[in-house]
Amino acid sequence: MDFAFTDEQVELKRQARAWLAERYPLDRDFDAPEDDRWSELAELGWLGVSVAEDEGGVGLGFVEEAILLEELGYALYPGPYLATVGFALPSLGPDERAAVASGETKWSAEIRGFVPWLSSVDKVVDMDGNAQDARGEELPTVDPSRPLGRLERTNGAPLPGARDVAHARAAMAAEAVGIAQRALELGIEHAKTREQFGKPIGVYQAVSHQLADTYTDVELARSLAYWAAWCVAEDDEQAAIAAAAAKAFATEAAVAACERSIQVLAGIGFTWEHPLHRLYKRALWLEGLGTRPSELRAEVAEALLGVAVPA
Amino acid sequence: MDLRDTPEEAAFRAEVRAWLDTNLPEEKRGWRGGAQRFDDAFGREWSRKLYEAGYAGLTWPKEYGGAGAPYSFQAIFYEEMAAAQAPAHVGVIGLGMAGPTIMAHGTDAQKEAHLAKILSAEEIWCQGFSEPDAGSDLAAARTRAERRGDVYVVNGQKVWSSFAHIADFCILVTLSDPEAARTKGLTYLVVDMHAPGIEVRPLRQITGEAEFNEIFFTDVEVPVSNRLGEEGEGWQVAMTTLLHERATLGFALTAALDVGVGRLLSTAREHADGDQGHRERIAAEWIELQALRYTNYRALGTYQRTGMPGPEGSAIKLRWSEQNQRMTKLGRELLGPEGILDDGWWHHQQLRSRGNTIEAGTSEVLRNIIAERVLGLPRSR
Repeated sequence: MDFAFTDEQVELKRQARAWLAERYPLDRDFDAPEDDRWSELAELGWLGVSVAEDEGGVGLGFVEEAILLEELGYALYPGPYLATVGFALPSLGPDERAAVASGETKWSAEIRGFVPWLSSVDKVVDMDGNAQDARGEELPTVDPSRPLGRLERTNGAPLPGARDVAHARAAMAAEAVGIAQRALELGIEHAKTREQFGKPIGVYQAVSHQLADTYTDVELARSLAYWAAWCVAEDDEQAAIAAAAAKAFATEAAVAACERSIQVLAGIGFTWEHPLHRLYKRALWLEGLGTRPSELRAEVAEALLGVAVPA
Repeated sequence: MDLRDTPEEAAFRAEVRAWLDTNLPEEKRGWRGGAQRFDDAFGREWSRKLYEAGYAGLTWPKEYGGAGAPYSFQAIFYEEMAAAQAPAHVGVIGLGMAGPTIMAHGTDAQKEAHLAKILSAEEIWCQGFSEPDAGSDLAAARTRAERRGDVYVVNGQKVWSSFAHIADFCILVTLSDPEAARTKGLTYLVVDMHAPGIEVRPLRQITGEAEFNEIFFTDVEVPVSNRLGEEGEGWQVAMTTLLHERATLGFALTAALDVGVGRLLSTAREHADGDQGHRERIAAEWIELQALRYTNYRALGTYQRTGMPGPEGSAIKLRWSEQNQRMTKLGRELLGPEGILDDGWWHHQQLRSRGNTIEAGTSEVLRNIIAERVLGLPRSR
């Protein structure tokens, strides 16, 4: 057993962090329209990470995608990578996969009646696993960069792959870990530098212990997210329960991390100007999309204990 | 990254499982822990069996009588012990703390005298760190060691020492130079618990049992040759002990929790009431257990690559202790009115779990350690 990243995976994480930091710094203007740099993502190979080499991809797997998703979350990347690679890709056939890897087609998927990024993608995997054109009404959400759409269905074209719920959940968990990590770092930075009563506020345990709690949450969430990623990548029999556990825990951890950091940053953390609320909103979006944490725990309970029998 | 056992690991796992199947009597499975581990003579007999089978000191170097196995084998061993609900080796302080400290700082004579006997459970060890006025603050230790020729004369009191009433030796942090700056005046000694002047008094705890003891030292003569490290270097030596405690603790803790969650699931099946709230809380505990398990694996990866425990490890004890408190509370709650019957398993576990956030570093101290050493926040003191 070896639960550490390979040198190549460590390097991928480092490169992704650096590339994103330069193009998507946290002090950017979030209220202006953002470029998702989709063709650059294709050139980097990020869109085809798990697509076979003879289909124009890189031929790696979901663990590498999870690494990228964590970093995309960390940078608050605006584009529909999560929808295309995290939600839709497992349902697609070879031609569609090649068109994803080349950056030609953006995809999303219908999740409990909603299609994230409906108006900015080309195609949608619907609830029945058919391909649909991305058409329909779009609704704003708590996270302004992530609207949800109501799909206008036609008959659709059947897709070869089944919908992969575990894959989608594990992808959301990975992104949530990146968000939680960023919120933690913002809290730490503030607690080190902000002075009150003549001392940096990090010396006060009422402040520092909140950040210590966020740290333990993030580490545990990361462990679950990587476990789920590995199970999904290897098609392990525990993939379903691991992904349910990871999505429940990591999205709640991300929400809690943001809430604690808002408290630690106090006034400034409550302003529109500070990016913390953007992280918070993305965490809330991830927690709320699809199956929510309490429902996921009910699923886990069913797997462990069988169906609930009322007394 | 590969969570599957390597062929060597799989073979070792199968071997341990088969050995436990053959050697562990049915009635000795699922101990409730606490004082039973030393009150029952089986504890020592079982420890010797583990030693003879080569399972004591799995990761110790071969030159010291260990198996020289990688840490993943230790992890597998704990997992299989947990799955069989097997009692642990009674010499946990010797194996996890005293032994590694002697290997790091001991003289050849000290290594020769103790290491083999720690493995075989011939020598049981206890730890003399905490004092009535020095709990979390080890540097405030006041147990005096005065150098007189070839001996240190020790006077003072230690507290919360498990195994002291059956121990043969104690790893003791003493104050040898009261004038020295904080931490510079400490000296680390190995003390024969059968020496004149030592009195051990059991300390009855909230479960009603006595797992811990007070140790009183009155003019106890300890040969200078029993010192570990130099005079005044007790702090550094003690840090080695605590580092080893934390490096290997995670898997042992998670193994115990694994047994607990397994029991929680069977309690839930026996007392199924369809209560969604209970079911959700049970799932949450199972999820937290997996989170701790895979955090251990990540820490193990760091440890095997760097030889030093990574920062993940510091989170594990903190979360484990809080989870054990929640889980035992839930286990008792699932029993309904039967949950308060005296001497019930969950009842006992719930009471015992209150010590988990105090022993081996209070949760408050662990949060300080995380804040200062992992997150780099300014010191609070």
